[in-house]
Amino acid sequence: MEMHKAKRVEIIIEAPMERRLTRALADAGVTGFTVLPVLGGSGRSGRWSREGQVSRAGGMVALVCLIRPDRLDALLEAALSVVERHIGVVSVTDTEVIRAERF
Amino acid sequence: MTEIFSLAADNLISPIILSFVLGLVASFARSDLSIPEAVAKGLSIYLLFSIGFKGGAGVAAHGIDATLVGSLIAGIILSFALPFIAYGYLRILTRLPTIDAAAVAAHYGSISIVTFVAATSVLEGRGIPSEGYMVAVAAVMEAPAILSALWLVMRSGKSADVEEGLWREILLNGSIVLLIGAFLIGWITGEDGLREIEAFVVAPFKGALCLFLLDMGLVAGRGLRESRGILGVGAVAFGVLMPVTGSLIGLATALLLGLSTGGTVLMMVLAASASYIAVPAAMRVALPDANPSIYLTLSLGVTFPFNLTLGIPLYVALAGAVAGQ
Repeated sequence: MEMHKAKRVEIIIEAPMERRLTRALADAGVTGFTVLPVLGGSGRSGRWSREGQVSRAGGMVALVCLIRPDRLDALLEAALSVVERHIGVVSVTDTEVIRAERF
Repeated sequence: MTEIFSLAADNLISPIILSFVLGLVASFARSDLSIPEAVAKGLSIYLLFSIGFKGGAGVAAHGIDATLVGSLIAGIILSFALPFIAYGYLRILTRLPTIDAAAVAAHYGSISIVTFVAATSVLEGRGIPSEGYMVAVAAVMEAPAILSALWLVMRSGKSADVEEGLWREILLNGSIVLLIGAFLIGWITGEDGLREIEAFVVAPFKGALCLFLLDMGLVAGRGLRESRGILGVGAVAFGVLMPVTGSLIGLATALLLGLSTGGTVLMMVLAASASYIAVPAAMRVALPDANPSIYLTLSLGVTFPFNLTLGIPLYVALAGAVAGQ
């Protein structure tokens, strides 16, 4: 099976920022992504868990995006414009995909 | 004074308060008891719908008057003004940076719908009627405080992350839409509509509130446990002083408006309570540099339990002593 190189970008960000992030990505031409709920974690703000979050203020979501390598810079610029001032992590890994025409 | 203690004692052994205490105790004991997120959300939707509907049906029965309009305007003014008092207290009692103080202040200008729901339950249990439109006053008091907080931040020269979408999200947040929507449905359908769904919105209400407060106790306890050391003595003192101050301002406002004893209690509760659902989410977006542990722990871990256990009986006694004459 033929595989094609791609970039996997994972952005973990505060839940209240999800809409703003997806809008920024859409404005940058990135319309394919998956949003996953985050159960909990630990970071500079301490430990937290989705259990017992009465408000979205304390929760996080993970947004996963697979894109062609040449679109990475535009995506990162859009993502960082939102993530910069908020609690969040952006990671980029090399990956391979089938059906490259979908990315 | 004796009446206050008697009311407090009665309140403390009520099912709704004991459910909250159970949640607190379970959390401190590190029990794995938890209410699934979807269930808590479902209970919240049920409580908001029921309280909104009953409020609207109440207004349908008694009609609109100048006091209703006056109460709505007063509520908006209170929501704008209380953050400035809260901010002043915080500058005196704590060494919180401007941005944290402003974020906390926004919470205390807004309201806790759960405290409001608990207070209506206490009033119903005591046979004290209240104006149905206080639900609408609760809804209009959710958002203006956020504007005041942003003004405080911008005045200090710092920046806030405000964009057009933020206001839409705040004003159309689920709680407000559901509360106002249910209120309108109750108002349009009136007593007949209430009779149709009475078995759903009236009879199970207290039981559902018990479960919801059990979850709130778990959340508050967890927050207190994990935020140990975050709040200093001054901040904790603020968490008690501000609701009492707010309640007195609410009392004065209610007297000026000529509200009933029950309406006075609810106005006091609204002025004394602090948001921990809508405003924290707005603060994460608009003031990301503010520390969420501070404002969440204060509003949910200090003020909410205080209002629930001691505050509501105090406000009922005060309102009865002053407005009941």
